[in-house]
Amino acid sequence: MSFVDKFEILQITAMRNPNEIVADALAAIHGCPDLPTLEQVKANYLGKSGQLTELLKSLGAMPADERKTAGARINEAKQAVEAALKDRREALQQAELDRQLAAETLDVTLPGRGLARGGLHPVSKTLARIQALFRSIGFEVATGPEIETDFYNFTALNIPEDHPARAMHDTFYLRQDNSGGGELLRTHTSPVQVRHMQTHQPPLRIIAPGRVYRCDSDVTHTPMFHQIEGLWVDESVSFADLKGVLADFMRNFFERDDLPVRFRPSFFPFTEPSAEMDIGCVMCGGEGCRVCSHTGWLEVLGCGMVHPNVFRHVDIDTERFVGFAFGLGVERLAMLRYGVDDLRLFFENDLRFLKQFN
Amino acid sequence: MQFPESWLRNLVNPPLDTAQLAHVVTMAGLEVEALTPAAPPFNNVVVAEILSAEKHPDADRLRVCQVDVGEATPVTIVCGAPNAAAGLKVPCARPGAKLPGIEIKVAKVRGVESFGMLCSTKELGLEGAADGLMVLPDDAPVGEDFRTWLNLDDTLITLKLTPNRADCLSMQGLAREIGAITGAEVRLPQIVEVESRIQDVVPVQVSAADACPLYLGRVVRGINAQATTPRWMAERLERSGIRPLLAPVDITNYVLLELGQPMHAFALSRLNGGIEVRLARPGETLELLNGQTAELAPDMLVVADASGPVALAGIMGGQPSSVERFTVDVFLEAAFFAPTAIAGRARRLGLSTDSSHRFERGVDFGATRQAMERATQLLIDICGGRAGPITEAAAELPQRQPITLRLARLKRVAGVEMSADQVARDLAALGAHVERQDDRLIVAPPSFRFDLAIEEDLIEEAVRLYGYDNIPAQPPAAPSRMLPQDETALADDVLRQMLVDLDYQEVITYSFVDPAWETALDAAARPLQLANPIASQLSAMRTTLWGGLIETLRHNLNRQQERVRIFELGRVYTSQAEQPMKLGGLVYGDVLPEQWGAPSHRVDFFDLKGDLERLFGHALDTQRGTHPALHPGQCAEVWVNGRAIGWIGALHPRLVQAFDLPAVPVLFELDSQVLVQRCLPRHASLSRFPLVRRDLAFVLDAHTPAGELLAALREVAPGRIQSIEVFDDYRGKGVAENQKSLAIRVVMQDTERTLTDQDVEDAVQKLVSAALRQCNASLRA
Repeated sequence: MSFVDKFEILQITAMRNPNEIVADALAAIHGCPDLPTLEQVKANYLGKSGQLTELLKSLGAMPADERKTAGARINEAKQAVEAALKDRREALQQAELDRQLAAETLDVTLPGRGLARGGLHPVSKTLARIQALFRSIGFEVATGPEIETDFYNFTALNIPEDHPARAMHDTFYLRQDNSGGGELLRTHTSPVQVRHMQTHQPPLRIIAPGRVYRCDSDVTHTPMFHQIEGLWVDESVSFADLKGVLADFMRNFFERDDLPVRFRPSFFPFTEPSAEMDIGCVMCGGEGCRVCSHTGWLEVLGCGMVHPNVFRHVDIDTERFVGFAFGLGVERLAMLRYGVDDLRLFFENDLRFLKQFN
Repeated sequence: MQFPESWLRNLVNPPLDTAQLAHVVTMAGLEVEALTPAAPPFNNVVVAEILSAEKHPDADRLRVCQVDVGEATPVTIVCGAPNAAAGLKVPCARPGAKLPGIEIKVAKVRGVESFGMLCSTKELGLEGAADGLMVLPDDAPVGEDFRTWLNLDDTLITLKLTPNRADCLSMQGLAREIGAITGAEVRLPQIVEVESRIQDVVPVQVSAADACPLYLGRVVRGINAQATTPRWMAERLERSGIRPLLAPVDITNYVLLELGQPMHAFALSRLNGGIEVRLARPGETLELLNGQTAELAPDMLVVADASGPVALAGIMGGQPSSVERFTVDVFLEAAFFAPTAIAGRARRLGLSTDSSHRFERGVDFGATRQAMERATQLLIDICGGRAGPITEAAAELPQRQPITLRLARLKRVAGVEMSADQVARDLAALGAHVERQDDRLIVAPPSFRFDLAIEEDLIEEAVRLYGYDNIPAQPPAAPSRMLPQDETALADDVLRQMLVDLDYQEVITYSFVDPAWETALDAAARPLQLANPIASQLSAMRTTLWGGLIETLRHNLNRQQERVRIFELGRVYTSQAEQPMKLGGLVYGDVLPEQWGAPSHRVDFFDLKGDLERLFGHALDTQRGTHPALHPGQCAEVWVNGRAIGWIGALHPRLVQAFDLPAVPVLFELDSQVLVQRCLPRHASLSRFPLVRRDLAFVLDAHTPAGELLAALREVAPGRIQSIEVFDDYRGKGVAENQKSLAIRVVMQDTERTLTDQDVEDAVQKLVSAALRQCNASLRA
């Protein structure tokens, strides 16, 4: 027994009870405040010279029959410690992430950074809208000069010298000493019609947007404003077509299918028959208000069939071709569309006003 | 043109109420601009006579009046008006009457019971102010309803007539037109020939027969110019906006309104010899009725006597020969002056008269004699006197040639088929002579229609009487063709939108500016000037957009806007031939809107340049230059594809001060026609081999622009060099004074193979020697 006894004593001192080690390990793991400490604990038990590793190493000295059971017990212990390590690691990682997330949390209600966004002038917006509507039925955009000659602004449009219609136009003239003479600021966009017909053959469908000028300034007039001129020339264009196109336009512009429209006989030297187009007041719905002078109607546009004298000035065969033309005030439509009550606001360029349309 | 509805209804009375009549007239092209009641609403007011006016026993300022209101017994009324006196005829509001703002009841006034109120014009709402009772003429019929007696239930109709409808500038013309529109019967005044009782004539000679194809004159002697104008005539004149003055003048004015024929009465004693109608001679002047002395131009038609012009024909009479209160003998004139002989002259003299307004548009030469007879008859009826025979000087009057109206053409223009018979009836109702020939109508217009000369004129009349409302609004049929879309031209709308995305606000400023802005921005500027500006600060055509942009900045700074980023796309004007479209912009204040988490700085040259590069890409090339409006050291000329297209820079400090700006704005202005031209993208194959980057630091003179070095490097760069960019500009420690170090990043890549060290070294050597050669720049040690 002496040899055997000796061995047993050795075994007992070397081989601590795995259960005790596990209990110690679990306590140590649980008490770990962070991941580095946890790794340290892991090394203490499972590292190269960790307690459980040492225990495993000692197995070799055991008798074969005991080695098996002892090995199984140590492995169980090892698994228990590994599982505890994994749980603790995950818990610590989660806590670490939670801390990071908490630390990185933003006040998402604060505004974003960087540039703001500008905006288009309401007259530009309106011009673009009108152009888009007419382009959708095949009108092309044409432009022309704003300093015009008497010929294009008046004569070619069948407004001879001294015609009373000239008085209606309140024309700005350029001083002779620095212009060639007879130059003026166009009073309407109609000259673009003439210029376009000089260089293009029918069929023609154009709109001509742009600045125009009248020597007039008060609450309802600014000396500069914008017009859009329209022209359709073809072999079979009639007054009924004119009515159809313009009624369609107004209803689409105001997005009101039931918008009442009416056409009244009028006079423009460059069209015949001529008409003024009225729409039911979009402010009061036709009930009568200050904007429509209590008539329920708003005058929005002048139009008519192209006068043969205009065609003659540009050598278009009046027997073969007919056409219609119209001209509308852009500011007026912008005012009605957006509820602007003072024309002059458009040219003061107060940013507080302009930004309302962004 | 304004007139009372009652006068019109006297001539034509369609079964329509006022509003319906206005609608029908408007829809026929005679736009009713306003309907104004002749008097505000009130009732129960009668013509009364004050029989006695005693002082009120308990009030110094009140009087107790016995008033005859047309009933069996007088009524007692307490009155506070200072002019209340026995014998006066006044309007009296009876108990129950509603006046503007008050209702009349029987009431005790300081213990005396008062049965109504004696009225002033103010209390009836007829005038704004009054200092006592409204005193009525002696012939006012006591007891009669005041409104009825003065015909106050009347409406003043204002028409906005188009210049082609001269024929509607008279009551007779309007009645005729409304008769044609409504089918109502028209009753025009009966005009008879006045028998001549004296033989006196003033000889008339017309030397300008084209301008005056018809001149009628007549002497009337022995009139009483101070005779009272009858109330009906005065009322019609007043309600048509003409103040009654003196009976003979009122009569000619009345005939003008009634028949549309402007007339003139001369004081016969002031005429010297015969009348000649001729063009003014050089240097002639005439003192006009309004006191103005007109300098007459040789294209102005005058009526002259032996001593010179006595009237500006068709426009205004002369003061010296005008009819006055003591005028006894008159010479009446009724003429037809051709529109082309009158048009524009009045305007040139700063005049606009009822007469010139009508002659410019066309007066009915078929009714001149009628007007003369009408005026003579009224003159004799009202002022007495005896008329002489009519002297007539006549030449060739305008012809009303028959016009052919093709029914097929009518249908083609109108877009609807109309009954030929109806069209013929409608045109005939307008006074035309109409003959049907198969598929056409032959139409001879009446003398009073100056606007009917060609087929289109008849088409317009046919469509107008058919009713514009009765023409269907049809969606037009047209062949569908796509519109061209030039992909290499940036649409203006897209350009605008790009700026908007870069936080610019679009503005639209006037094309005419203060000439002082122009010269402040460029002392050499010679902007086109308006001959008739609306104000001197809007008198020069802009040659740059900057004036308007700076003014917009000032306007907004005055409204506490601290950060302003604006642009305008519009023309500038150097001549009729040169009106280029420019894109201009201005930035001021902080680069970023005030915000919590981003450091900001005041916007400078490079912020703006960066915006432009984002807009236009690296095709944008800037070169140093000087512009009088810009800071000489912060100013660059912008080049695109080898063309100078504009400027960017900080506003010159001199101008910052002159425009009173608290800080410096940075501006740009570019030729937008060039900007919007883009290249169609062209695909190049991508390299599969690695990129090589080399950073080179060059030391060079501090004044040599980086752009010069970059250009030198790019010029010699082999094809495999992808980009050469500056990424630092360093001056200071380690770099000699007056020198700078520019750090350049070179990126190379070959599409065929991986670059070797030797390839890279060769390329770098090429660049380094170019830098040394062109810019005296050496690699930093």
